Amino acid sequence: MAKATFRIWRGTKENGAPKDYTTEVGEGMVVLDAVHQIQAESAGDMAVRWNCKAGKCGSCSAEINGNPRLMCMTRLSDLPLDEPVTVEPMRAFPLIKDLVTDVSWNFDVKKKIKKFKPRKPDAADGTWRIAQEDVERVQEFRKCIECFLCQDVCHVLREHHKHNEFIGPRFLTYVAALEMHPLDVEDRLEDLKSKDGIGYCNITKCCTKVCPEGITITDNAIIPLKERVVDRFYDPLKKLFSVFTKSS
Amino acid sequence: MALTDALTRRGFGQTSRRDAWWVTPLFVFLGFATFIVYSTWAAFQGDHYWVAGTNYLSPFYSPELFGDSPHSLFGPKPGWFPSWAPWSPAFLILWAPGGFRFTCYYYRGAYYKAFWGDPPSCSVGEPRNQYLGENSLPLVLQNIHRYFMYIAVVFIGLLAWDVWKAMWFSDGNGGEVFGIGLGTVILLVNVVLLGSYTFGCHSLRHLIGGNKDCLSAMPARLAAYKCVGCLNKKHMNFAWLSLFSVGFSDVYVRLCSMGIWSDWRIF
Repeated sequence: MAKATFRIWRGTKENGAPKDYTTEVGEGMVVLDAVHQIQAESAGDMAVRWNCKAGKCGSCSAEINGNPRLMCMTRLSDLPLDEPVTVEPMRAFPLIKDLVTDVSWNFDVKKKIKKFKPRKPDAADGTWRIAQEDVERVQEFRKCIECFLCQDVCHVLREHHKHNEFIGPRFLTYVAALEMHPLDVEDRLEDLKSKDGIGYCNITKCCTKVCPEGITITDNAIIPLKERVVDRFYDPLKKLFSVFTKSS
Repeated sequence: MALTDALTRRGFGQTSRRDAWWVTPLFVFLGFATFIVYSTWAAFQGDHYWVAGTNYLSPFYSPELFGDSPHSLFGPKPGWFPSWAPWSPAFLILWAPGGFRFTCYYYRGAYYKAFWGDPPSCSVGEPRNQYLGENSLPLVLQNIHRYFMYIAVVFIGLLAWDVWKAMWFSDGNGGEVFGIGLGTVILLVNVVLLGSYTFGCHSLRHLIGGNKDCLSAMPARLAAYKCVGCLNKKHMNFAWLSLFSVGFSDVYVRLCSMGIWSDWRIF
């Protein structure tokens, strides 16, 4: 069996450094397999968060050779093994230890977003009728597994730490799923502009590139929301037009 | 745990990425810079933008509001234009397609990376600590994009009219005969690519149907929304192809006008 070296971050922010581990690798292995093998062989105290090993729980997010990826979905056969494979924790969130970061900020952000508020039921039995064409657009956003790789790669959070002013691509997608839902009647545009900080997004599309579910975050969620914010706050002609249509 | 407990911020260009992450921003930089330099030079020339004996007109100069060519809509250089300022018919119109591209969502993302390093590439360290994004002046003005889009749509109509005119050639007796030249084909391909870029615009996609949560009751708008969405998926490709085609159309007309190239009459 061939051997490969993995350069894994060990320790905390203040007291940590990358450390090399060499282990045997075989056909079909993913990075998470190698990390588990290293954990079993020579680093029993290495902290790594994982769960489903099938790319659906979003737990094993990390940075592999500098790219935010799910460890369980990154095949070793797709990586150059002639040099050490770097495995680092996500950089947008506080590091707890080794490969584990504290992502609880994301859950706090989600709680602050206005909840789904459906219109009055369409039928007397309290149910609604939705055309498939109308709900199709938001179904894409529901594929999100909350791995937070998009949050990690977003330079507004990763480099500039605007966590208090910007909710990040994951939650802009979540807002899009609510805001564009055919039944929802809640208004989130003021929040998007002010406290959610949608203006911080400068459309680098890095979030779209790293999404393991292939959600077209920038084009289908963020830009349409930006356009809705323009409708409300930055389009004087539209504002003028709405004044006349309301008064007539 | 404080949010500042994330790993230390990296310096400009620092990354753990192993791939050649700098190649794309470099090519974007070179591509945009080449176009900006060439189009500025071509706009300042004020000459060789139409071809005698044909109806070819460079897209950099169309519509020619004022000017000395037979294509001029309202006569020669207007008297109100400042005499001390350099003059070219292109100055009156190029701001519109230029503004459309400058505020385009695709171009914004591309030039923020290639020219500003904001970021240089995904998960690569940035040159500055401060970041305002499009949240405040001056970049909040990017929200004007839809107004440029309205003008760009009109320009597509005008350029399509130019293609129709480019199908008519001088017969040498003061009249015109129908025909197709290589220049006609180049101008046609150009307007198709420009149209595919313009009609795939994110703002148009929003205004045509994206601003509604329910489109099933409006079949015409739903069809239009899907159509724009289809072009929008290839927006980046059309942004580049149309940038090249509009530049090449000017080169072709210019070189034919200067007599360096001869137009090939297909029939």
